[in-house]
Amino acid sequence: MLSKKQLFTRGMLDISPHMLSVIPFGIICGAIGVELGFNPYLVYAMSFIIFGGASQIVFLQLLSGGASSLIAVTSVGIINSRHLLYGAVLSEYLEKLSFIKKLLISYVVVDQGFAESNKFFKKNRSEEYLHYHLIGTGCTLWVFWQIATLSGIILGSFVPEELGLKFAIPLTFIAIVVQDLKKLDHVIVMITCGLSSLLFFDAPFKSYIIISPLIALFVAALLLRLKK
Amino acid sequence: MTLTSIIFAGILTYFTRMTMIALISRDMLGDKIKAVLEYVPSAVFPAIIFPGIFINDYGTFIEINDPKIYGALVAIVVGYFSKNIIATILSGLVSYWFLIFIVFS
Repeated sequence: MLSKKQLFTRGMLDISPHMLSVIPFGIICGAIGVELGFNPYLVYAMSFIIFGGASQIVFLQLLSGGASSLIAVTSVGIINSRHLLYGAVLSEYLEKLSFIKKLLISYVVVDQGFAESNKFFKKNRSEEYLHYHLIGTGCTLWVFWQIATLSGIILGSFVPEELGLKFAIPLTFIAIVVQDLKKLDHVIVMITCGLSSLLFFDAPFKSYIIISPLIALFVAALLLRLKK
Repeated sequence: MTLTSIIFAGILTYFTRMTMIALISRDMLGDKIKAVLEYVPSAVFPAIIFPGIFINDYGTFIEINDPKIYGALVAIVVGYFSKNIIATILSGLVSYWFLIFIVFS
């Protein structure tokens, strides 16, 4: 049985390789906000209040393009609706926590943290303080996200644009799912999601980000039927 | 951009994170749904990966010989065999840079 501290540290270690993509993306995100002419304090407030990389950039771009606040806020909600799926998966492991703890831990659930903690949870179901792993991944991501976006706001985009570091984002997620390519059913689900996301890319409010996972999960349900 | 709009966006985002964790009990989800939820990572992340590779900053499709495609393929192969996140990301980036700075420049 691992202690709380050990689990927290393990979470920090498991998430740390992803900082390779999180830090440049955070810097870009902060720099874009200032470049688009927004108040630096508000640009930073997004990192603290919204705390969701892609949705922050979309929010800035929509508003600078003249979209109404209502449209920008709705888009953020839709882009981040994928967290509902993460929550549904995590709920099994967080069931025993008190309501207050559930409310607090929810704030730090983000893509990479969910992915790494979920992998750890599956292998270590019996651990008593499992949620400390999620706190470890979540808090590490939070701290680095704040520092990275702040650096981007203060120093501007000191990461040369020619390097195309935004490309690190798809790479980070490739690293997360690549081992599941061993399983044919997962490959089918991934391709369904990926192709749907390209097909529905122009759907309003960036809704491709939730439409394509739902289509892919529907296909997963069909595959489960076939397996029986 | 106003602080109010950011706060609304933040509350909405927080609800997407909190709802399933705090308000839904696991018993409310049947076994079939739980089995389908096993596929969540595979069903969600390609929606970030594919557009990140195949669609450029202007929202249009890239060409078939775009360096990003090769970078992604290298990352998939390296990631599959190395099982190492840093190696996956760096191999993808370095092969992408090799193509844009040396081969295609």
